Order: sequence, then C-alpha cells, then structure tokens
Amino acid sequence: MAEKNYAGKTVEVSDEGYFVNPADWNEEIAKEMAAEVGIELTDKHLEVLKYLREQFETGEALTIRKVGKSGIVDIKGLYQLFPGGPLKISSKLAGIPKPTSCV
Amino acid sequence: MRRVGIFASEIFNDVLNPVTMKRILILGAGTAGTMMANKLRKVLDRDEWEITIVDKHRTHYYQPGFLFIPFGIYNKQDVVKPKADFIPPGVKMVFSEVDKVEAEESKVRLADGSVLLYDYLIIATGTETRPDQTPGLVDKLWRKEIFDFYTVDGAVELQKFFKQWEGGKLVLAITELPYKCPVAPIEFVCLADAYFTEKGIRDKVDITFVTPLAGAFTKPIATKMLSELLAEKNIKVVPDFYLEKVDNEKKAIVSYDEQEIPFDVLTIVPMNMGNSVIERSGLGDDMNYVPTDKHTLRSEKYENIFVLGDAANLPTSKAGSVAHFAAEILFENLMSAIEGRPLMAKFDGHANCYIETGFGKGALIDFNYDTEPLPGTFPLPGIGPFGLLKNTKINHYGKVMFRWMYWHILLRGKELPIDPLMTMAGKKMIK
Ligand SMILES: Cc1cc2nc3c(=O)[nH]c(=O)nc-3n(C[C@H](O)[C@H](O)[C@H](O)COP(=O)(O)OP(=O)(O)OC[C@H]3O[C@@H](n4cnc5c(N)ncnc54)[C@H](O)[C@@H]3O)c2cc1C
Repeated sequence: MAEKNYAGKTVEVSDEGYFVNPADWNEEIAKEMAAEVGIELTDKHLEVLKYLREQFETGEALTIRKVGKSGIVDIKGLYQLFPGGPLKISSKLAGIPKPTSCV
Repeated sequence: MRRVGIFASEIFNDVLNPVTMKRILILGAGTAGTMMANKLRKVLDRDEWEITIVDKHRTHYYQPGFLFIPFGIYNKQDVVKPKADFIPPGVKMVFSEVDKVEAEESKVRLADGSVLLYDYLIIATGTETRPDQTPGLVDKLWRKEIFDFYTVDGAVELQKFFKQWEGGKLVLAITELPYKCPVAPIEFVCLADAYFTEKGIRDKVDITFVTPLAGAFTKPIATKMLSELLAEKNIKVVPDFYLEKVDNEKKAIVSYDEQEIPFDVLTIVPMNMGNSVIERSGLGDDMNYVPTDKHTLRSEKYENIFVLGDAANLPTSKAGSVAHFAAEILFENLMSAIEGRPLMAKFDGHANCYIETGFGKGALIDFNYDTEPLPGTFPLPGIGPFGLLKNTKINHYGKVMFRWMYWHILLRGKELPIDPLMTMAGKKMIK
C-alpha cells in the first residue's frame, strides 16, 4: 500500500497504483493522474472512465470487449485513448481496482 | 418426456397416463450433461421422474485429447465414442438441435418442431469456437497455414501439416478471454517444442506464444512458474496482444494497436462463445454465457434452471474438471430445490488441471475462486501425491490416466477420490 497526493487530496493506492477506495475518486484527480502518464483527459476519456466505474459498481467483470461494445468507443478507439494497456490504464485512471481475469 | 405439439399420438398417450411424471430436461450431452444424467438417474425414482437429455451430435469427443492429435500422439479414433454409450438406461436421449428455451413457460423447442416441457432444466450446452468472429481468420490460409486444435478437424489437419513441415515461424495466438481449458495453449507450445526436437528440426522452428493476458497465465504465481518453463524451452511470449485481425497477404496477425507478428504457420485459439441457442432464448450475456449464481449454480433469473459446465458465466476455468466438481454441488442443490429446501451447497470454483509440458513430464495446478494456483503437493489417495506447479513425470502420467478416468469414471457420474471443494492440504503459502 502507498499514499499519493492528487488534486490536494491524499488517496490510498495499491503497490501498482490502483485505488484502494474507489470512492476517493473525482474528475480532478483523474486529470492529474492522466497527466502523469502523458494523457490529456478529454470528454471521451471521461465518458469511458465513468462507464468503467458504473460497471465496477454492478460487480461485472470488465473486459476490453465489453468496453468496445459499450457504444462509447470501439476497441480501436479505446487503444487510441489509452495507448499501451487500455483496460489497465483506464481502470487505474477510473479509480477502480486492477482488472483481473478469472482463469 | 411428454412431447406436445405435432405428435398427436403422444398427447393421447399422456392423456391415458393418469400419473403425471415430473420432468428433468438436460440440454447438451457433453461432459457436463452426461455426468448429470448418470448422477440423477441413480438417485431419482423412475416412477416419479422422467429424465431426458438432448444433443445435436451423436459423437462424444474427448476434447482434452485434441491437444495430442497435431503431434501424432493421438489420432481421431482415440478421442471419439458414441454419446449414447454413456447415457444410462432410463434416460431418454433425443438427438436434435435445441432451437429455443422458453423459460417463462418452462418449455424447450427443438429444431424438429417438437416441444419438451420440464419441471427442472439443466443447461449444459458448453462453449464453442467462433473463428468467424475474427476478420481474416477463415480466409484463404484457413486450415492451410492457419489451424485450430480446439476442434477435431482442425487438430487432424494440423497433424498432416506438421508431418511435412520443415520449419519456420510457428505462432500460437489466443484471440479472446475466456476460452476453455486455459492451460491447453501452453501445453500446445511445450508439446511442439518436444515434437520438433524429436524430429531434429527444433533449431529451424521459432515458437512464439501470443496472449491478450499480461503474462503466460492469469494468476501471478502460476505465471511465474510457466514463464520460466517457456523461457527454458526457448519459447517466446508476447503478452498484452489483443488480436484484431489476420492479414492473409502479409501472413501476420495484427493487434488493435497495430502491432504485427508474422507467421509461417499460425495455431489459433479462436474466440469462444456459448451456443447461439442461449442468445436466441434471451438467456445469455454478450458472449452467450448464462448468468449463474457462482455458489448455487442456479440461473440468476429462473428458479427452475441450473447451469453446469462451460455454458455458465462462472469466474473460474472452463474445464472438464470444474464441471465435475460443480456437478456434485449442482446435484445437491437440485435435490434441495426438488424437496423445497433452501440451496445449501456452495461451489468454490474448484479447478484442477494437469499441464502437459513435453518430454514425458507434466505440471499440475489446483485452485478456486479465491485461491490462486500454489506450489506444493496435491494429495490423491493411492496414486499421488502430485507436485503442484512442478514439472514431473508423475504429473504426466496423471494426464495420461485422465483419458481413462474421463470415459470410465467422470462421464458415468462416479466419484473421483478428489473432494469437490478445494483443499489447502499440501499447498505452500507464499507471501
Ligand atoms: C483442446 C482442449 C483441451 C482440453 N483439455 C482439458 C483438460 O486437460 N482438462 C479438463 O478438465 N478440461 C479440458 N478441456 C475442456 C473440457 O473439454 C470442457 O471444459 C468440457 O468438455 C465442458 O463440458 P460441457 O459439457 O460444459 O461442454 P461440452 O462437453 O462441449 O458439451 C456441450 C454439448 O452441448 C451440445 N449442444 C450445444 N448447443 C446445442 C444445441 N443448440 N442443441 C443441441 N445440442 C447442443 C454440443 O453438441 C455438446 O455435445 C479441454 C478442451 C479442449 C478443447
């Protein structure tokens, strides 16, 4: 566990930088976190982050495919918004735990 | 089973029969459905309960055996038997495609137009490969230089190809999660390493393992062990590769972020999806898996529907061993439901998989919803212990024995000397 400061707030994060308490999240924090990894958050980014948070709330396992079918972005678009590991990066910026696949 | 609709004579029979039998209907006579039919028939009174099982195919495939076909270890005849041989007397076997489940009315329509009614339904329609879902996969290189070993035909074609192949780039790629038997692709590349070594051309064969996962496997400790194993065998791992399409001209797989990996021969694990009957019946999620209570194994939506095997959306492996452990829990809960008691048995997601690693060795992993695969030993009375996450000869024999156990014990719904719920005995805690 570690603590990080974003937008004047102290948040608890895992060793890999994922939020421990998703409730700590807000858009300002997301913007600062994104800047750290070289992403400038647009409305589209935020729409994805909010979708991820909603899905997380419902307890649904998240997959790239599911986000691609959300109607917000297709999979290609998701890769463009969050280059590298789109689901991992977007989950981190959305303040939710690291996505896991269940074997 | 009472059929209504077009068979007037059967309706007549039913009217003549004053005793109304209660009905259990099982959809799918694969690993899970067959096991359940055997278990239930042993216990339920024949004068009270009618058990019917429906499948569109007459042949039962021992799917774990598909892995060995490309390398000539097994042939087609080693993995097939008639389904009917495994259905016990007193269970009615119907061969037809299931067209639709009308869950609100507790009835099932078959493709031949007949209708089956049920008191309890067990969905065991499994999962299947859908190469059509990936652009460029089923195109001019399909089954010429692109093969799938998840179907018997694909595995047989690949055997023919490997026999005459003189080397080059062999790429194994996993399209999408989840797919059944998560360790099979790792076993495939290990066996390929052994096969080409024995053929004396390993130096001419470049083996690459491509996965959408962040590493060779899902969970950290097993990933570490398996990554070391693959590195030892000089098998490259390309993680985080999310396959978008196959470029037939360039002979390359292409990811959504436009990475390309060229191949001379591609072995693909196509997208896996539940059968389309689930979609037609409005019973599935976006990959046609049935939302199922992960502990009770009952449908989240209908009290008289249970789901067993790969057809369920459970957060554990899609594997025969899981279906076997789950069957005992489902059986108990179905009995409770029939007797109007609360469903007390709780499935823990127990999976137990032998990993064939080539050169007569194997590894074993054992895990559940909450506990990732750990090293240690696995106690199996009389035979074991097997080394967990260790590459040993005894584990290989475990896998070889599995085929015999599958036909003679598993399918017939008999008990294995393994507890359905995972045990921590023999496991070493790490951290
Ligand atoms: C290459 C490979 C290796 C594997 N290795 C292992 C292993 O080592 N260990 C292990 O535990 N598991 C292994 N598995 C997985 C194992 O085979 C499956 O998990 C298991 O067979 C699942 O059983 P099931 O009954 O849910 O599905 P299946 O056995 O696939 O049965 C589903 C049945 O439903 C029928 N069906 C589907 N839709 C319809 C319809 N609309 N109408 C009528 N009938 C329908 C099908 O014809 C089929 O007979 C492996 C699988 C593969 C492909």
